[in-house]
Amino acid sequence: MDILNALIVFLNFVFVPGLAYGAQLALGALGVTLIYGILRFSNFAHGDTMAFGTMVTILVTWWFQSMGINFGVLPTALLALPFGIAVTALFALGTDRVIYRFYRKQKAAPVILVMVSLGVMFVMNGIVRLIIGVDDQNFTDGERFVISAGDFKTATGLAEGLAIKTTQAVTVATALIVMALLFWFLQKTRTGKSMRAFSDNEDLALLSGINPDRVVAVTWIIAAGLATIAGVLYGLDKSFKPFVYFQLLLPIFAAAIVGGLGSPIGAIAGGFLIAFSEVMVTYAWKKVVTYIVPESMAPDGLLQLMSTDYKFAVSFAILIIVLIFMPTGLFKGKSV
Amino acid sequence: MTRNLALFGTVAVLFILTGMFQSWNLSLSILGISLLSAIMALGVNIQWGYAGLFNTGIMGFTALGGLAVVLVSARPVAEGWAAGGTGILGGLFLGAASIAAAVFAWNRMAPGRARMLVTLVICIGGFILFRMVFDPAVSAVEAFNPATAGNIGGLGLPALVSWPVGGLLAAAAAWAIGKISLGLRSDYLAIATLGIAEIVIAVMKNEDWLARGVKNIIDLPRPWPVPYEVELQQSAAFVDWATRWGFDPMTASSIIVKLMYIALFTAVLLAVIWLSERALNSPWGRMMRAIRDNEVSSAAMGKDVKRRHLQVFILGSAVVGIAGAMYTSMAGQLLPGEYNPLRFTFLIWVMVIVGGSGNNWGAVLGGLLIGWLWLIVESLGPLVMSGIVAGMADGALKTHLVDSAQHMRLLTLGVILLLVLRFSPRGLIPEK
Repeated sequence: MDILNALIVFLNFVFVPGLAYGAQLALGALGVTLIYGILRFSNFAHGDTMAFGTMVTILVTWWFQSMGINFGVLPTALLALPFGIAVTALFALGTDRVIYRFYRKQKAAPVILVMVSLGVMFVMNGIVRLIIGVDDQNFTDGERFVISAGDFKTATGLAEGLAIKTTQAVTVATALIVMALLFWFLQKTRTGKSMRAFSDNEDLALLSGINPDRVVAVTWIIAAGLATIAGVLYGLDKSFKPFVYFQLLLPIFAAAIVGGLGSPIGAIAGGFLIAFSEVMVTYAWKKVVTYIVPESMAPDGLLQLMSTDYKFAVSFAILIIVLIFMPTGLFKGKSV
Repeated sequence: MTRNLALFGTVAVLFILTGMFQSWNLSLSILGISLLSAIMALGVNIQWGYAGLFNTGIMGFTALGGLAVVLVSARPVAEGWAAGGTGILGGLFLGAASIAAAVFAWNRMAPGRARMLVTLVICIGGFILFRMVFDPAVSAVEAFNPATAGNIGGLGLPALVSWPVGGLLAAAAAWAIGKISLGLRSDYLAIATLGIAEIVIAVMKNEDWLARGVKNIIDLPRPWPVPYEVELQQSAAFVDWATRWGFDPMTASSIIVKLMYIALFTAVLLAVIWLSERALNSPWGRMMRAIRDNEVSSAAMGKDVKRRHLQVFILGSAVVGIAGAMYTSMAGQLLPGEYNPLRFTFLIWVMVIVGGSGNNWGAVLGGLLIGWLWLIVESLGPLVMSGIVAGMADGALKTHLVDSAQHMRLLTLGVILLLVLRFSPRGLIPEK
C-alpha cells in the first residue's frame, strides 16, 4: 500500500496530460460551438484553421528566432501568437466575405454550408501543405520543464517523479486566461451580449437593431483566434503535423456536441470530458494498481482498457452515447 | 442530351490524349481507378442526391469492402485459424451478445436506477468476458509465423465472391451508424460517419489477427477472367499474336490485363446505374425525392422518413463497399495505411457535386473527370511546376516548389468545389 506514489503516478501520466489536452480541445470546441451558435453550421474547416494559424505562428517564431528574439524560459511561439491570430482572423474574414456571405444571404440549408466548409477545408489544407509541407515541425524552445521528474524525486524523496512540462503549464494558464476573457466578453460587453442575443433568436436580435454583419465578423475573429491558440498550444505540447490537425476534428466536434452545440460552457466541459476519458481509457493502469493493492495481488496484465491507437474510438463512443441519450448535450445546446 | 454526350465525349478525348501523349498504360490505369471512383460516386449520389444524407465516412465503407476481399479470397492460414479462430469468433459473439443484452434490458425495464445499474453491469461484465476470451485467442493467432502470416487468413474463395460480401459488410456498418444518427440533425450524421471511418481504419491498422494490420496483405487473387501478365508473356500463342500485330509482348500483356479490369468494372458500373435509374424512376424514387425536398409534408403523407433514410443510407453504403472491394482486388493487396479521407471521402464528394448531385449520369461523369484530373496531376504536376520555375535560380525555394506540386491538387480541388457550389450548384449534368 503506497497511496502517495500511486497518486503521483496518476497525476504524472493521467491528470497532467489530460488537463493540458482537455484545455486544447476545449479551446477548439469553443470555436466550433461559437460558429455553430451564430452562423448555424458545423465548420469542418476548423481543424485546418487551427493548422493554418499554427503554421503562421511557426513561421513568425522562426523569424524571431533567426533575429535572436526569445521569450526567456517561455516558448518564443507565445510572442508570435498575436501575429498568427491576426493573419488567421484576416483569412477567416476573407473566406466569409468571398464564400460564406453569399450562402448566408441566400439562407442556404445548413448542410450546404457544411459542404462549403469542406471546400474551404481543402483550400486551407492545400495552402498549409504548400507552404510548410506535411512533415512534423517542432517549434518549442525555452525551458523544457517546470518540474522535472528527477528534481521532484530528490525534493520529495518519493520513488515516483512528477514532471510538468513548460508547455503543459503554459497551455493550462493560457486556456484559463482565454476562457475568462471570452466569458467576460460574452457576458459584459455590448458586442458580446448582441452575439448571445443573435445566437438565441436571430429574428428578435435583428428586430432590436443588432447589426448582423458586425456580429458575424466578430464571431469569425474570435473563432480564428481560438483556433490559432488551440492549434499553437497543441503544437507546442506535441508537435505540428497538418494531418493530425485534420484528425483533431473528431474529438473537437465530439466535445462540442457532448457539451451541447452552441453552449460555450458546454464546449469547455465537453473538451475536458473527452480528453480525460481518452487518456484514462488508453492508459495502462498497472503501475497505479501495483502501488495500491497488497503485493500478493499485483496484476500481471497492463490493465489497459484499449490500446492508444483507439483514442478516436473513445471520443466517438462518448459522442454516440450522448447522441442516443441526450441529443442536445450536457448543457442543453440548441440542436436536433 | 447532346450536351451530355458532348461532356462525356470531352472526357473520352482527355483519356485518348493521355494515351497518345503519355502512355496507354497510364491512361488505362487512370480509367480503371476512375471507373471505381464513379461507382463510389454513384453510391454517394444515392445517399445525397436521392435523400440529402451527408455521409463523410466513405473511406470507412471503402476500407470495409477491402477487408471483405481479404477475409473471403485470401489464402487460408489453417494453423492460425486452428490456434485461435474459435476463440476470436467466441469473443466477438460474446461482445455482440452483451451489447444486445444491454439494449434489451434498457428497452424492457422500467426507467429508473435499477435499469441504469443492470445495463451498466451487463456492459462491464460483457467487456471483461470479451477480453478474457478474445485476448488469448488473438495472441495465439498472432504468434503463428508472424513474418508471413499471424492472421486468421481468408476463406480462399474466388475474388468475385468477395465483392458482394464487401457490400454486405459496408451495409452492416451503415445500419449501425444510421440507426443511431439518422433522425437527428444532418450535421450529426456527417460527424458520426467521419468518426466511424477513422475507427474502421484504426481497427484495420492495429488488429494484426484480422488482416495483418500495417504489415499488409499482398498477393490477393485476381477476379475470375483477368489473367496474370507473366502467364500471358509465357504463353507462346499470346507472344505470337502480339508480335504479329506489332506490339511489344510486355506492354501488350499489361494493357490486356487493364482492359479486362476495365470491362469488369464497366459491367458493374452499368448494372449499378441501371438499377439506380430504375429505382429513381419508380414510386420508391419519387417518394425518396419527395422526402428529400420536404420531410414534413412527406411525413404528413404517412411516409416513415427515418426508415426510408436508413434504407437509402444502407443501399448507398453497400455500393461504396462493393467498389472498395473491387479496388482492393485490382490492387491485389490491402494497405490500411493508404486510406486517407481526403482521397477516399472528400474527393468522391467533389466528383458528385461537380458531376451533378441527384443525377446518376452526372455522378459517373464527375467520377471520370475528377478521377482523371486527380491522377494526371500526379504525373503532370511536377513536370508543369518545374517548367514554371525553370527560370529561377537553383536553391531551397525551387526544390520546395517542385516538391509541393502534389499539394496543389488539394488546393485546386477545393477551388473547383467552391466554384461549382457557388456558380453551378446543380453540377455539370443537373437533375431533371
